[in-house]
Order: sequence, then structure tokens, then C-alpha cells
Amino acid sequence: MMDAGAARPTRVFRIETADRLSRTSAIIACIVLLMLVLLPVFAGRTLIQDLIFLFYMLALAQCWNLLAGYAGLISVGQQAFVGLGGYVLFALTLIGGANPLLAIPVAGIVSAALALPTALIVFRLRGAYFAIGTWVVAEVYRLVFAQVKALGGGTGTSLSPSVTSSVPGIEWIKTALDVRTPAARDIASYWLALALMAGTLAFVYLVLRSRRGLALGAIRDREAAAASLGVDIDRIKLAVYVATAAMTGMVGALIYLQKARISPDAAFSVLDWTAYVLFIVVIGGIGTIEGPVIGAIIFYLMQRYLADFGAWYLILLGTLGILVMLFAPRGLWGLVSERYDLTLFPTRRRLVVNEDRSQG
Amino acid sequence: MTGFLDAIIQGILLGGLYALFATGLSLMFGVMRLVNLAHGDLIVLAAFAIFVVAERLGLDPFVAVLLAAPILFAIGFALQHVLLNRALGRDLLPPLLVTFGLSIIIQNGLLQMFSADSRRLRSGAIETASISLGGDIAVGVVPLLTLASAIAVIVLLNIIFYRTAIGRAFRATSDDLDVAQLMGIDVNRTFAIAMGIAFVVIAIAALYLGLRANFDPTIGPARLLYAFEAVIIGGLGSFWGTLAGGIVLGLAQTIGARIDPEWQILSGHLAFLVVLAIRPRGLFPRAVD
Repeated sequence: MMDAGAARPTRVFRIETADRLSRTSAIIACIVLLMLVLLPVFAGRTLIQDLIFLFYMLALAQCWNLLAGYAGLISVGQQAFVGLGGYVLFALTLIGGANPLLAIPVAGIVSAALALPTALIVFRLRGAYFAIGTWVVAEVYRLVFAQVKALGGGTGTSLSPSVTSSVPGIEWIKTALDVRTPAARDIASYWLALALMAGTLAFVYLVLRSRRGLALGAIRDREAAAASLGVDIDRIKLAVYVATAAMTGMVGALIYLQKARISPDAAFSVLDWTAYVLFIVVIGGIGTIEGPVIGAIIFYLMQRYLADFGAWYLILLGTLGILVMLFAPRGLWGLVSERYDLTLFPTRRRLVVNEDRSQG
Repeated sequence: MTGFLDAIIQGILLGGLYALFATGLSLMFGVMRLVNLAHGDLIVLAAFAIFVVAERLGLDPFVAVLLAAPILFAIGFALQHVLLNRALGRDLLPPLLVTFGLSIIIQNGLLQMFSADSRRLRSGAIETASISLGGDIAVGVVPLLTLASAIAVIVLLNIIFYRTAIGRAFRATSDDLDVAQLMGIDVNRTFAIAMGIAFVVIAIAALYLGLRANFDPTIGPARLLYAFEAVIIGGLGSFWGTLAGGIVLGLAQTIGARIDPEWQILSGHLAFLVVLAIRPRGLFPRAVD
């Protein structure tokens, strides 16, 4: 009698994340990126300003997606770091006389540095309690900055045009594209926003495809099981919290460089920097890279065409968010990808089996 | 010295209001493990409901709340039955997001109906009445009633929880949802009743919110944070702990305000963070989780 094992064909396993579609979508993503870089040459100022808004909302959404969708850290206090980043930029440029371009990475570093002690306290709260804890922290930041008289206290302050125009490259843009200073300023902000958005996207994508990303996916799917397989959950969560705080802080600095006016109530607004971001991620599809991109585009369109309805618009947003959460918890992208088994930016590892009979 | 003593007395009385805010939230935490981000907005909604009943029927707010309470019980019951029960489950995100969406809907709905103007519940002489305690210290009748109501609400809730059949169901679903269901408890209905009761507590909290200060549609989120802080400071699982948490928060805010009026809210938040850092399970914890 033959050994049962010998009769079985040898199988060759491979583990892949990419497939043909994702290689195509990577190429398309590069082309789109290149087109976006060149866009200011053709586009008008309104479109550029709209896209700046779209880019920073998308960057914030990707950060929150990594935080909540993967690390299970549902924060409703990310406005703490948007506001912090904005205020660091104002402090460095207005008081310290630094160049805004330098202030953006410093804002990221300061946000990360403050995220550490913040995490020590709020990480004591689990799950849903964590959410409200982060909100309290954001309120503390808001109230503290409202006390800083040098930065305008409760009413806030503005950047002088000399600061906003001191971003390197503005002179070059003016001559190269033949535009006036305000338009050149927008174009510089546009490129910065594009770079930050693309950087955030690439960062999230690469993290998720790395070994740590595997651990994050395991935490997302079930925390206890991930822990039993040796994932150091607290460390990874802390790392994600600090990293997203740094990115959120940089985006915040950029937002307020573009707005050129800051006040505690606006900079630490839970509606602008958390509610909208949650909406984008949930509508698009939490726990995927594609979801927030779709969500951001939908949100941008709604903001553009419906924001004039004020309170009704917000009521509509809230209702839509609730309906999606109840009836399509994986968002619009979830519906599409489930139906067509589609992933454009795959982070899941798939097992590929080649049945090889020649050695059997 | 008198000033300091006064601050302590006022702080304890303010704590009564925060305990009322927090008791409803504590009830939802306790029975259905629901963290309700719309809690503050629901308090403001209830304040507007009392306001409308009082205005339309020309009633005193203390009477209007008796009419508004059953309506709010029904709204709470329906809200839980139709919406929130669907969101509850192993996943944390749906209940958080649904209540966050609800918060935005309530805030903007109220803005649309009542505009951003400040309102106040009017109840005649009682609003300004006070009792002198000798020296320079006097306590307002309304703050005193607030604390007394908070204590009464907690005594009543404890009777409901430990002496009645529905209270037994509350405790059972809180301890172990699956086993409670196996024992024949209709969880959806139990949760809906718990939410109805929480809404009655919210109505009482709203009455004193409106009597003590102005309110407008935007003040909800701050009340949510106070309520949450009181629950966590007190420790999960006991209504008396929540009362203690409310008083700690009230004291921190009042003493902070004596140092600098702008620090009132900030000192409350900082007290919460300090308690969290030193005693993460609160001062008087009973439940795990």
C-alpha cells in the first residue's frame, strides 16, 4: 500500500498582496498624481482652493481610518492635534519668526511629543470611554490655547501677509505660471496639501502592507486572538496613536497656513475636524484605503452643493451617517468590493496555491 | 475663609446638577453598555420640550416637567427600540457613530426650530430665593432642590434596580446578556424601558439646567463631557458613585472659578484627568469594564 502522502501532489504556496488589477491601479494612481501635480498650470483658482480642502480632509480621514478602522482606537478628539498643529505654526511664524515651511514638520513633532503623555492618560479608558476621553483632552487643549494671550486668547489671531507669502517657491510660481501673489500662495498650499495627502496615503498603505500592518489587521478583526498570537497590542496602538497625531498635526498646520486666521473654537472644532472626518470614513468604508478616498469625494461634492442649506445640510449628513452605519456598515466601497470582489490597493495577504503534479 | 467655605458649598450644590446629568448616562452605561454621545443634546432637547410645554400651556416649569416626562419616556422607549437596539453589538463603532449622528441631528434640528437664541425656564420667585446659613454664606433654593432631586432620583433608581422585576431584568442583562436572554428576558424591550427611564432622568436634569442658567441648542456637548466625567470619576457601576463624581467635578469647577473665572471649565477637566491618571477605575468603582 502506498503512503497516502506520496500520492498527493506537491503544492507550492506563495503569499501575495498584489494582483494584476492592483498593479494597474498603482500605475493609474501614479498617473493621477502626476496630473494633479501639473494641474495648477491649467486650473483656475477656485478649483485649486476646492482641491486643497479635499486633500486635507482626505489626509485627516486616512489618519482617522488607520486609528479607528485598524487599531480600534475610536477617537472623537483628533481636533486636538489639528488645532495644536495650527497653533504651533502660528506660534513659530508669528512669535518665533520661522519659515512656515519649517513650521509644518515641527508641528508634527510637537503633536507627536504631546500625543505621548496624552495617550498615557486616555489609554486607561477602553473602547467607547476612550472616545469621550479624547474629546475631553481636545477641550483641555482648546481651553489652554484660549488662555494664551500672545496668540490672541479666546478670539484668535491672523497671520500677516508677509508670513503667508514667505513660503519658499512663491516667487518662482509667480514668474513661472504668471500669476499674482494670492494665487501663487494658493498654488504653494495646493502642492503642500497634495504632498501631505499623498504622503499620508502612502504611509498608511505601506504600514498596512508591512509586518505591523498584519498585526493591525489582526487587532481590527479580533483583539483577544491577536494578543494570543503574540501581538503586542498596547505598543502597536500607542505607535499608531502617536504617528497619526504627528500627521494630523502637520495637516492642521497646513490648514491654518492656508486659512491664515486661527481661533480656539475653530481650530479645536469637533464638527469640522472629527464629525466630518468620521462621516467621510464611514460613508466611504472604514478599514479600507479606497473607502476614505470615495468618502472624501462624496463629502466634497455635498459640501460644495449643499452647504448653503446650513442646519438642514448637517441634519442630512447625520442621517446619512446613521443609515450607512446601520444598513451598510462597510460603507460604499464595501458594497462595491463585496459585489465585484475588487480591491484597488490590496493590503490583504492572499494565499496562492500552484498545484504542481510533475513531482508527484 | 468664608469665601473658601462658600466655594465648597456651592461646589457641592453644582455637583448635584452634574450628578443629574450623569445619572441618565450611568443608567445607559450600566444596562445596555451604551456610550451615548448625544446625551448632552438630549438634555438640551428635553429643556426645550419643557420650555415649549410651559410656554404654550402657561404652566410653571415644575408642572410642565410632569407633562413632558411621559412624552420623553415614550421618545426614549421608541428611540431605543427603533434605532439604538439595531446599533448595539460586539462592535463598538455603530453605537458611537449612531449617537454622534443623532447629536448633530438634534443640535441642528433645535437650531432650525428655535434659532440660536438663549432661553431660560421661568419659575417666579423661587429662582432667586435663597436661605442664609449665617455669616456671608447663603444657598440658593434652586441649587438646593437640584441636589435634593439628584439624591431622590438615585434612591428611586436603586429601588427600581433592586426591588422590582424590571430592575432584576436590568441587572441580569447588564451582567450577562446571553444568559438573560436564555432566561426569557426580552432584551429589546428591557433596553427600551431602561432608555425610557433614562429619558425621565434627563427631563429632571433639563428642568434644573433651564432654571439655573440660560441654554441654547449648542451647549449639549459640554454637558455630555461633564456627565461623562462625573461617571468616570465616581467609578462605573454605582449611582452613588456617580453622585460623588458629580460633586467632585462641581467642587473642582467652583474652586477653579474662585482662582480665576476663566479656569472654571478647565479645572473640572483637569480634575477628571488627574483622577484618571491616579485611579483609572474611578473613586468608588463597583463594576469591571
